[in-house]
Amino acid sequence: MLEPLIYELSSPGRAGVTMPESDVPRFDFPTDLLRDDLPLPEISQIDVTRHFTRLSRLNMAIDTTMYPLGSCTMKYNPRINEDVARMAGFAQVHPLQDPVTAQGALYLMYQLQEFLKEIAGFAGVSLQPAAGAQGEFTGILIMRAYHRERGDHKRIKMLIPDSAHGTNPASSAMAGLKVVELPSDPRGNVDLEALKANLDDTVCGLMITNPNTLGMFEEHIEEVVKAVHAAGGLVYGDGANMNALLGIAKPGKIGFDVMHYNLHKTFSTPHGGGGPGSGPVAVARHLVDFLPGPIVRPKPGSEKDAEGVPLYEWFTPPKSIGRMRAFWGNFGMLVRAYTYIRVHGEDGLRAVSQHAVLNANYVQARIKNVYPVPQGERHCMHEVIAQGKLAGAPDVRALDIAKRLMDYGFHPPTNYFPLIVPEALMIEPTETESKQTLDQFVDALLAIAEEARRSPELLKNAPHSAPLKRLDEVKAAKDLVLCCRVG
Amino acid sequence: MSSTVDTTARYLKTHEWARPDGELVVCGISDHAQQAMNDLVYVELPRVGDTLKAGDRFGAVESVKAASDVYMPVSGTITAINTALEKAPEIINKDPYGEGWMVKIKPDNPADLEKLMDATAYQELLKAEEN
Repeated sequence: MLEPLIYELSSPGRAGVTMPESDVPRFDFPTDLLRDDLPLPEISQIDVTRHFTRLSRLNMAIDTTMYPLGSCTMKYNPRINEDVARMAGFAQVHPLQDPVTAQGALYLMYQLQEFLKEIAGFAGVSLQPAAGAQGEFTGILIMRAYHRERGDHKRIKMLIPDSAHGTNPASSAMAGLKVVELPSDPRGNVDLEALKANLDDTVCGLMITNPNTLGMFEEHIEEVVKAVHAAGGLVYGDGANMNALLGIAKPGKIGFDVMHYNLHKTFSTPHGGGGPGSGPVAVARHLVDFLPGPIVRPKPGSEKDAEGVPLYEWFTPPKSIGRMRAFWGNFGMLVRAYTYIRVHGEDGLRAVSQHAVLNANYVQARIKNVYPVPQGERHCMHEVIAQGKLAGAPDVRALDIAKRLMDYGFHPPTNYFPLIVPEALMIEPTETESKQTLDQFVDALLAIAEEARRSPELLKNAPHSAPLKRLDEVKAAKDLVLCCRVG
Repeated sequence: MSSTVDTTARYLKTHEWARPDGELVVCGISDHAQQAMNDLVYVELPRVGDTLKAGDRFGAVESVKAASDVYMPVSGTITAINTALEKAPEIINKDPYGEGWMVKIKPDNPADLEKLMDATAYQELLKAEEN
């Protein structure tokens, strides 16, 4: 191994800090509550620091390299988010303290609810869901509750395009619905005819991502929404790709009934291992009573203070589907997302989406003569889906290209998703990359295409520079070891 | 990448192959399908005795990158499953038309097999998908 496990660095009796003599009487813990089967590593402070610093240097991260992981929106996390999240009033607030004493936190949550309503054009928001997939599950439970409340119990089908994130069918199945897959048309839109053929009075709704995972804006979105509504179904918007639409299009105005946001994508809160995520759900007027509680509202009848700020309180809507999570959602992420929105303002957020779309189209324009882009005749939105199928290099696959990019210092793009694009390379540069960085990234892709023709083994054995070279993914999937036994 | 087609088999659009085997129909996934999936790590099979209709999902194949349902070529009863795949799904990658068979079916109507695409039509489908 490149770096020993922290347990292997352990030496009996060594400690990171020396505790002072206790100035309160010693209390002997009941022996039946003591355990001796939990070996914690015993290490000095400097060895701990070195261990984790060395590990961090083995990592590819947004702070070290462009991270064009499609459909994930791995944008830069501005440091001011961290400053604000560490303010004592936010960082040290206790979830169980009297809300009257945590008005700053409630004010922030209320404002964030309002911002998220405005940005996507909805009537109500719950900040409860812990991440995107839980947001989807929440939205589906709301749709189900809406139909049941009307006494309409036969709506058991959820229509989902074949370009959807895998979480869409998973969330629907978890809510007990039957998933019906819809094909895409040649221009990358959901196939209208197939949609209409499946619309009947058993349809709970349609889950749609716009722009979809082919990076395409759904050209018939208004007709799609109208058709689903005409059949009595609801339209769920997967907000994973909201980074393309800020200040430009409002799903709520297009007629979507429910949508979740991914604060860890669109609103720059840490993503992946740095999470946790946060997946607020926004709904149209007819669904606000079903939102999971608690949400924040101005206390009815409360007096405003000198600055015109009312007293805020927790509130659970009358037909709420219930709680989705303990306490008040992933509050630290709400602070960061609020900060991001306040820093950018309306014009700034619009510029975020404009630059995200511009950057993706720049990459598309520069690579599409070398890497096939199935929807290359259209402008893409915030991400471009190319294929790792290179002329003159029949044995080279998307995976080999992705691995080779690491040798050029770039995190690989998403590969083999969306599933309907063979050998997919899904590139989402985000708005935070400069033209210089985009050029370096594209130059690397073009150089790799040349290598693929001249010396494909360079790609087949890549990465050469990564600490552990090519990992055995099959073995990792089949012989998964989740627990390292110590001693 | 080019894939092979078993000329004695019939095919579904979803890339399953089916071939007569005495009174039974033997079924698996095509060479193209295993290539597109890449290294398989898990195969889900039905139970012997399950009665399913043509087009019903009878199992699934999973690779490091994706999972995909597998569908019945004809209506009938499952009479055998290839249990070797449970421990060694890579057999499908190595020999999709032979050792990599997934199920044997007693068809409700043996003539149903003739309704499926033949190898020539399947090759044309692959060509069309390629473009």
